[in-house]
Amino acid sequence: MSLVLISHNPWLESLARLAIIALLVPVTVIILTWVERKVIGRLQMRLGPMRVGPYGTLQGVADTIKLLTKEDVRPQTADRWVFELAPFVIVVPVFMAVVAIPFTADLFIKNLTLGLFYFVAVSGLSIVGFVMAGWGSDNKYALLGGVRAAAQLISYEIPLVMAILAVAMLSQSLNLAVIVGAQEDTPNIAYQSLAFIIFAIAGLAELYRQPFDIPVAESEVVGGPFVEYSGIRWSMFQLGEFVNLVLISILGSLIFLGGWQWPWSVFDASVPVAAQVAMMAVKTGTFIFFFMWMRASLPRLRIDQMMSFCWQLLLPFAFLQIIINGLVLVYDWPNEILIPLSGAAAAGAVYLTYRAARATGVRYQPGYQTVGSVL
Amino acid sequence: MITELFADYIAVLIATILGFLLVAGALFGNRILAPRQPTRTKGVTYECGMLPIGRSRTQVHFRYYLFAILFLIFDIEAVFLFPWSVAFVKIGAQAFWEMVVFILILAFGLLYAWKKGVLSWGKET
Repeated sequence: MSLVLISHNPWLESLARLAIIALLVPVTVIILTWVERKVIGRLQMRLGPMRVGPYGTLQGVADTIKLLTKEDVRPQTADRWVFELAPFVIVVPVFMAVVAIPFTADLFIKNLTLGLFYFVAVSGLSIVGFVMAGWGSDNKYALLGGVRAAAQLISYEIPLVMAILAVAMLSQSLNLAVIVGAQEDTPNIAYQSLAFIIFAIAGLAELYRQPFDIPVAESEVVGGPFVEYSGIRWSMFQLGEFVNLVLISILGSLIFLGGWQWPWSVFDASVPVAAQVAMMAVKTGTFIFFFMWMRASLPRLRIDQMMSFCWQLLLPFAFLQIIINGLVLVYDWPNEILIPLSGAAAAGAVYLTYRAARATGVRYQPGYQTVGSVL
Repeated sequence: MITELFADYIAVLIATILGFLLVAGALFGNRILAPRQPTRTKGVTYECGMLPIGRSRTQVHFRYYLFAILFLIFDIEAVFLFPWSVAFVKIGAQAFWEMVVFILILAFGLLYAWKKGVLSWGKET
């Protein structure tokens, strides 16, 4: 009786689905903090957390309790409302973005027709929160971190959007369920290897994780916009970061790896829900592990390297992918042509990155004047 | 039709409210559980252990604004590209070449900024 009532009222139905997500989000974040410390520990040949609970599994719970009972300090000179509202502005858009994400063919909150566009639009809002946190703290490091975050996040948003757009062109839809349905035979990563590489790198930068942790670099701006935040208020930023990590990973597995589809159509007609969830978990987990692996292996980029990499390499190649896709689609060439074309362009991008990384800088000459600082 | 579209975005409205409640709930829990003993020293902003010198309103370099302007241009281009990307196959080759011209115009703008040294973070290259 009550279930029927819920499924007929759009308000109650959405509320019920979102309440489950609201419960799952903190749990996921608590688990992921433990997983991240464990993975990075293992990659660096350490054990990671081992003390709290078996193999340190309760470490995340202990951290949450500690953060919850920690005194919340606000600097006296801080801009009160900007400082207090910044965590909201960062977490709420992340939570809103969950609405558009389908987890399996039937498990979703709302199958939005413009899901991909909505996701891109909403996830861009968090940038305001970083600038607010940086500006409101009345701290020099926070301000520098805030403007750095703004510069990095807006720059890398464009290649990310263009890579997503290339996939939308291929399946001629902005509905995520339709995009997954179009990858029944071949996942998009085969046709769009260049877009995939751009997505992975720009996604890593959007998550401001190493090697792109310039806005929050401890040794440069001591935590960036979050330097004055403590206790649960700080953990809200952490929550936003980890939910964003999960969202980008789910989005990547949906639009590039074929989402809940099994390879070679293992289940002929209809895939059981449990198998769909398992496939999503495997693909999303691969992405999350990739992001953690990059964090453990690569040193931080310099800010000028980071910006010129985005604008001089990723953006032109993203346009190239869009033009290649357009040519193939509009002249009705077979999709298989995209595999060598995109692959060749991806190889070109990788070669140019390799060459730039190997290049020696301009040698210091007496009388050579640098323009400003690198801040 | 309009009600259908509205029904789709009810979930968005509820998600916004729930997101606010999630953060507010966490802050409220902290208010109940955590000790509160503000002192003058705690209220000083952090500056590597020293007393902060002056206010934080330091000057931010001009190149941040240049990147912001560049972002604005290409973000608007992305807004134009989204509806185009799902419709251009039905319209045909004309729609595709028009968009190529549009992309090329902006690409020349990017090239100009590149040659002016905007993209290399103020270094003379």
